[in-house]
Amino acid sequence: MPQHTDRTYEQALDRLRTSVLEMGGLVEEQIAHAVRALVERDSALAHAVVTRDHTVNRLDVEIDDLCIKLLALHQPAGRDLRLITTALKITTDLERIGDLAAHIAERALELAAEPALKPYIDIPRMADLTRDMVHRSLDAFVREDSELALGVCTADDGVDKLHEQVFRELLSYMVEDPHTISRAMRLLFVSKALERIGDHATNIAEMVIFMVKGRQVRHLDRLPREL
Amino acid sequence: MTAPPKITVRGLGVRYGTTVALEDVSLDVPTGRVTALIGPSGCGKSTFLRCLNRMNDTIPGVRITGDVRLDGEPIYAPHVDPVALRRRVGMVFQKSNPFPKSIFDNVAFGPRVHGLRDRVRLHEVVERSLRQAALWEEVADRLDRPALELSGGQQQRLCIARALAVEPEVLLMDEPASALDPIATAKIEELIHELTVRYTIVIVTHNMQQAARVSDITAYFYLGRLIECGPTERVFTNPERPETEDYITGRFG
Repeated sequence: MPQHTDRTYEQALDRLRTSVLEMGGLVEEQIAHAVRALVERDSALAHAVVTRDHTVNRLDVEIDDLCIKLLALHQPAGRDLRLITTALKITTDLERIGDLAAHIAERALELAAEPALKPYIDIPRMADLTRDMVHRSLDAFVREDSELALGVCTADDGVDKLHEQVFRELLSYMVEDPHTISRAMRLLFVSKALERIGDHATNIAEMVIFMVKGRQVRHLDRLPREL
Repeated sequence: MTAPPKITVRGLGVRYGTTVALEDVSLDVPTGRVTALIGPSGCGKSTFLRCLNRMNDTIPGVRITGDVRLDGEPIYAPHVDPVALRRRVGMVFQKSNPFPKSIFDNVAFGPRVHGLRDRVRLHEVVERSLRQAALWEEVADRLDRPALELSGGQQQRLCIARALAVEPEVLLMDEPASALDPIATAKIEELIHELTVRYTIVIVTHNMQQAARVSDITAYFYLGRLIECGPTERVFTNPERPETEDYITGRFG
């Protein structure tokens, strides 16, 4: 792609891409740490996740400011316009993912104060899946790869299935022994948070498809088979 | 059902001596819409515009090939009178060029040339044209003052009124706001919107944001060729051709 005639514009767009990636990397780590804090009953790590959410929020505001400045000063068009509007929306999703990770960490703190209900199997799998979705959606963003983004959208079904499975399992615990209800509910919140993270990653991927192809695939009953 | 295009251009080529200014351009100008022609200097957009009312005919050594039709009638056919054609296809230029006459006489000039003598009718035409050009309120009480006393933006709107006075069907505008400040420019742009009720407009502009704001259709020219033409909204958000993308995003060279 040829460079912009205006170097400062080019540099600002590069900075935008880098900042979104930085925020994405941070958010991925937050998911991993939150779930590790849960599984390993590591309260210090859980506290760290809650504290670091401020950094995620700060990046959200910084990227918004940069986008607004770019819109006001450069009247972007075409691919640049799509990049900037996509970044604006992506950061909203990333910020929400950050909140959900912090939310998981808070549940981890509560659960660490009680005896473990059960060994964790599906929840770490959900965490791996959703983290991978976030990672690939941002990869697709930087590489402008709509096929990769489409793959993220289809991966969300796996997360939804796991959530359903976790729900049924926890329900059986609760039915069997009411003493497990508070712990099971907290775990259900964790599972729900991970399921929501998958949805946000899907939103990001859909925005990337728009950015690359200039075509909206959001809110369709069925995803297009090819782009 | 959409109306048939006001102007259809097929395989248009223009040479000045050995220089090729336009090559094999085919384009439809839709009725009652604003079509913007954009592209870097020397891309052929002004040459194209001037072909639509045969303003290029007078240039020595010019050779025009291809087919241009207004309402389906070929405008380069031997029997066509260019003066009659220009009455139907009016033009506004980059530099406002009022005659060194009164405001009234400037607007009345065209209708008089075409034989209108009746004072009352003439006054009606002048008022209507000035109103359509959004200038009436500002000049109603000084129609006999010299046109050259008006501000730059007012002079340009006077030229638009003058073009409208002969009731053309198409209005060609060659960078009509390039010499105006942002407020005068905004007035011209607002005017362009209002004029589409009655007229088909083709505008050449160097200001891409202006093309994005005022036009329904955008055509991108480069090196004498039409690269892409489509709905303005699409051309500015998701152009089909990489050359267009590079130009509208400011990647050039």
